Amino acid sequence: MTLDDLRGTLIACAGEEDSVELSGDILDMTFEDLGYDSLALMESAAKIERDHGISLPEEAVAEADTPRALLALVNGLTATAA
Amino acid sequence: MTRRVVITGIGVRAPGSSGTKEFWDVLTTGRTATRRITFFDASPFRSRIAGEIDFDAAAEGFTPRETRRMDRATQFAVACTRDALADSGLDFGTLDPHRVGVALGSAVAAATSLENEYLVMSDAGRDWLVDPAHLSPYMFDYLSPGVMPAEIAREVGAEGPVTLVSDGCTSGLDAVGYGVQLIREGSADTVLAGAADTPVSPIVVACFDAIKATTPRNDEPETASRPFDGTRNGFVLAEGAAMFVLEELEAARARGAHIYAEVGGYATRSNAYHMTGLKKDGREMAEAIRAALDEARLDRTTIDYVNAHGSGTKQNDRHETAAFKRSLGEHARAVPVSSIKSMVGHSLGAIGSIEIAASVLAIRHNVVPPTANLRVPDPECDLDYVPLTAREQRVDTVLTVGSGFGGFQSAMVLHDPEVTSL
Amino acid sequence: MSSRRAVITGLGVVAPNGLGAEEYWKALLAGESGIAELSRFDTSRYSARLAGEIRDFDGAEHLPSRLMPQTDISTRYALAAADWALADAGIDAGAGIDDYDMGVITSTSQGGFDFTHREFHKLWSQGPEYVSVYESFAWFYAVNTGQISIRNGMRGPSAALVGEQAGGLDAIGHARRTVRRGTRLVLSGGVDSAFDPWGWSAQLAGGRVSTADDPERAYLPFDGAACGHVPGEGGAMLVVEDAESARERGAPRTYGEIAGYAATFDPSPGTGRPPGLRRAAELALADAQLTPSAIGAVFADAAGIPAFDAAEAQAVREIFGPYGVPVTAPKALTGRMYAGGGPADIAAALFALRDRVIPATAHTTSVPDSYGLDLVLGEPRPVRADAVLVLARGRHGFNAAVVLTTV
Repeated sequence: MTLDDLRGTLIACAGEEDSVELSGDILDMTFEDLGYDSLALMESAAKIERDHGISLPEEAVAEADTPRALLALVNGLTATAA
Repeated sequence: MTRRVVITGIGVRAPGSSGTKEFWDVLTTGRTATRRITFFDASPFRSRIAGEIDFDAAAEGFTPRETRRMDRATQFAVACTRDALADSGLDFGTLDPHRVGVALGSAVAAATSLENEYLVMSDAGRDWLVDPAHLSPYMFDYLSPGVMPAEIAREVGAEGPVTLVSDGCTSGLDAVGYGVQLIREGSADTVLAGAADTPVSPIVVACFDAIKATTPRNDEPETASRPFDGTRNGFVLAEGAAMFVLEELEAARARGAHIYAEVGGYATRSNAYHMTGLKKDGREMAEAIRAALDEARLDRTTIDYVNAHGSGTKQNDRHETAAFKRSLGEHARAVPVSSIKSMVGHSLGAIGSIEIAASVLAIRHNVVPPTANLRVPDPECDLDYVPLTAREQRVDTVLTVGSGFGGFQSAMVLHDPEVTSL
Repeated sequence: MSSRRAVITGLGVVAPNGLGAEEYWKALLAGESGIAELSRFDTSRYSARLAGEIRDFDGAEHLPSRLMPQTDISTRYALAAADWALADAGIDAGAGIDDYDMGVITSTSQGGFDFTHREFHKLWSQGPEYVSVYESFAWFYAVNTGQISIRNGMRGPSAALVGEQAGGLDAIGHARRTVRRGTRLVLSGGVDSAFDPWGWSAQLAGGRVSTADDPERAYLPFDGAACGHVPGEGGAMLVVEDAESARERGAPRTYGEIAGYAATFDPSPGTGRPPGLRRAAELALADAQLTPSAIGAVFADAAGIPAFDAAEAQAVREIFGPYGVPVTAPKALTGRMYAGGGPADIAAALFALRDRVIPATAHTTSVPDSYGLDLVLGEPRPVRADAVLVLARGRHGFNAAVVLTTV
């Protein structure tokens, strides 16, 4: 999963905050600073699970507080699954 | 002079019991009534436990026609209404129907019937363009559930103000609060108030699965609901109902009614924060508690028992503990606090009324029901939650609270009418 | 009860024939109809096809992107109408009103039904893991109250009421009660929308929807040829405020006062007792301390079904005398908007007081003499009055009445 894929998923699942430039360098910004709350992340995580056929551990999703961390989690699991 | 409002009749349907007496037995023995879901095959779901009621409509006296016409939640509400009427000893035939009102609470109303009809009309979910040939004549009432309080009005012959209060999980508190206001302001003299919800249905289970609000502790259904416990991980969905006869105090006294308790004060506030989330500080619930005490003209130190919302989610129990400390000050550490959701689960809009019933019975019997399944302390929940065992003590005044999606925070003060104000 | 008076200082309307309160009012005076064939899905297999559908509302134009995935169309209507009402009332973050002094009390009779239909479909055609996290609140009847409260930082006493078409007036009555009990401001009103295939079918199941094909002959309140109603969507939000508070903060305008409100319920069929609409109206008049002669117009419930129209005409006749008061039903141009209907009627009634003109009842041409009703037909009619009465009835026996006066 690329950062662009994740952007697309976040926007589809939770829209985007007007004051945040999502297209910028957001890899290490926290989801909170990007305007995404726990619901937004749960909705996005559920879509990622369905799209990639993986199961994301709930605690790990809760702990992944930046796009970089979430991508690492997802890509780690998809590599294992493949 | 403000008109005072008292509770003179109670009807309850909660998991593990089929009436008020049995309900109180469950609570005071600390038995839990949560179990593996039996109403449908719950195997595809994350949380597969619920507080279900073995409700037998025929044995409850419903005719086949009534059973067809009324949604399950409506049946619960009507059964409780009949109990509350009998309990009150009030002959409704002697009342002026214009002066009788109804305030029924429900969060998801006819959800179970909606889902049943959906499956028929959509060919088990296959068709987006549902087939009108399979339309039930009651489908409109499942879409727009005004029929629920209407059935109660028919049952008691009410022709005064009638409404459905649907504030999510505080509906059961807010409906009674609404009924109290009707009597206080003089719009009615007698109000049937309470709430019913029957959400143990796949769509509702799926909703709470999605936000991980319900517990996945599927291997331990009886001990899955763990309010204030360090190992808690979500609430247990349940169904239930409770209805009350509310009367103006002087009228109740004049007819020699048995008075359970006075509704001294009620208030609701919103957190304006998040549809499902709670801030840690409990500020808005604390404000609702303060306002309810204010209306009851009682000092916080007069509270003998706090009947908590205590849903058993991580954030709720922490939020609520903070709200008690913020509103009750030092007294928060002295007063017993318990959650009956540990035993009967969380029946969404209904539970607020079921908890009022528990509060009123605590006053009646001078017993505080326990928080079942509370074995592991949580440093963030450090009050006296009456673990495992009921406690006999003097109970004249109870605070009961509710918290729900949409940010609603409600509080009610119930007390023996002889308790004098400030 | 205290002597605090509840006035209306802001209006927001989302209606099939107009977005915005003034636009809606202009459409009513011009007789512009919002009734047409429902366009949201293929209606060919359903017995009714005409609806009061809102066609020019794009939620994304009015709401932040973050709110779009989590809201049903009805909630978008509610949030937009709330924004407009607050702006109209000059309320923003700097209005100086404490957050606990602002409540939200709304009505819906159908909840977020289009949203929930999609989630039911996902659950049963794909599986539980497809159900949205937002379904847990996008569906329920309290959603509009909660979302408006969050968007506008309003932490005061709040509620959501359901009473089919009467629920919107009950919400406004409860808002007035709440203001009189001490809260400075309550945003109140109602909206409804259920124009997905399942919601549409459910409305047809009610048995009162017109199956006529001609948009000008489908919903004919009080006409001898009345044959049911056309379902509408939308509604209105109002800023209900303590009169003193409005004066103190220099509110830009006051549309009128909610001078009286009452709710009643019909007796069970077979008791032989009279229906409750007349009593609701009389109680509301008494509450306003007004006699019927003070009322310059009645905004009727207007069921569009002969038996119900006759019953309403009888109630009006008994209170005001035959042809004793001008009666109108602007909802002939929008369809019945359920919880949104009463609040939209209140908006129209307040404009009628302001502009001294009563909008006509569109499409109706021939009122039975037995009704004894002075229905405003054809053109808007000038009126000289400082009070109007708004009526609403909800299925199964709900009645509500509101008396509005100039201030």
